[in-house]
Amino acid sequence: MLHIDSIQNGIVLDHIKAGKAMELYRVLELNKLECPVAVLMNVSSTKMGHKDMIKISEDIEIGLDILGYIDPGITVNVIRDGKLVEKHCVDLPEKITGYLKCNNPRCITTTEQELQQVFKLSDRESATYRCIYCEAKYK
Amino acid sequence: MRSLFDINELSPAEIDSLIETANDMMANPAKYAHVADGKKLATLFFEPSTRTRLSFEAAMMELGGNVLGFSEAQSSSASKGESVADTARVVSCYADIIAMRHPKEGAPLVAAMNATVPVINAGDGGHNHPTQTLADLLTISREKGRLDNLTVGFCGDLKFGRTVHSLINAMVRYPNVKFVLVAPTELQLPDYVKKDVLQANNVEFVETTDLMEVIGDMDILYMTRVQHERFFNEEEYLRLRDSYILTPEKLNDAKPDLCIMHPLPRVNEISTAIDKDSRACYFKQVLNGKFMRAALIMMLLGLEAK
Repeated sequence: MLHIDSIQNGIVLDHIKAGKAMELYRVLELNKLECPVAVLMNVSSTKMGHKDMIKISEDIEIGLDILGYIDPGITVNVIRDGKLVEKHCVDLPEKITGYLKCNNPRCITTTEQELQQVFKLSDRESATYRCIYCEAKYK
Repeated sequence: MRSLFDINELSPAEIDSLIETANDMMANPAKYAHVADGKKLATLFFEPSTRTRLSFEAAMMELGGNVLGFSEAQSSSASKGESVADTARVVSCYADIIAMRHPKEGAPLVAAMNATVPVINAGDGGHNHPTQTLADLLTISREKGRLDNLTVGFCGDLKFGRTVHSLINAMVRYPNVKFVLVAPTELQLPDYVKKDVLQANNVEFVETTDLMEVIGDMDILYMTRVQHERFFNEEEYLRLRDSYILTPEKLNDAKPDLCIMHPLPRVNEISTAIDKDSRACYFKQVLNGKFMRAALIMMLLGLEAK
């Protein structure tokens, strides 16, 4: 059995859908941190069967919006002095800034590339996001 | 400060108020002749649209205001690589209100995010054209005396026709409005409009490829042009261009008080033989558009007739 120590101070991203941890690792740019980061994949879970986890032994700023978009089931646990002090359940964000890219060739963002890419949630049930400029659906 | 990008940013009550102002302006032009004295409208047309630009300029002149601007991107700083954001900031220093036409969808929103004066979307690619819809709504209101309890037919290019999408968006807010959608298979109304607008609002609609089968049901027949500029493929454009042509014979089964509309310019979708038919309303639509644009300029600038 693989054993990873509990962290004293930092963040634990729990209940990540199995197989998604590396995507989160890249998106959150965890490779740029100097502190220890543990990526656990395919951990047994009573609730999910299998899940991924990421343990970051530093209290960094995490973009909850992006987490919610990639996997709305994630739990963010903040640990201080070995104790759980905050717990956030992420959800689909209302707005996503600077992550998705509009692929409508007629959109103004295709010619004015310094414009910030912003998407708004237009249908929560189908997790549909639309570009705020041209309203094209993100595919 | 308020701008206008999409017709549904205006509530039905605000549309009623614009219709009332436009009707009053048509009846009493002198009352409005100096409403915008000393104000300037900038028409920033990054793609040519002579009719829409002239309509905005004529609207401002009806109010006593002045106009400045350009009619194509080549004669603007855009040809030197200036961003829409910078153009909007600069023009805000010269004008009190901007009407912007741009081939890229969302450009007027970018302008409004950076301008310090109101921005009116005068058409952005295949996306929105709210002042055309205002012209359409005034026309329907004047011709039928109401905006509810109507069967509205659309014919032609329902896929790329933004005027169609905008008018459907606006009219689903009125009770008991039904739609009849006539288009070749390739140019049918996009699924997202059917799902997000018609089905989401429980609005009744019929889709067909046969105009004659349904023309007798319509109170309004909104014809559209198959727009060359929306096609990337020339062959496909040529194949679909002549899909539906309205001729006097096709009107035999139509209601005697049918209102035939078209956002213009037409190519050959409506035979010129129909122009003298009392049911032809497309040139009235042009006139109505000018007055609705004038009413909108007044609203966005907070102007009132004395």
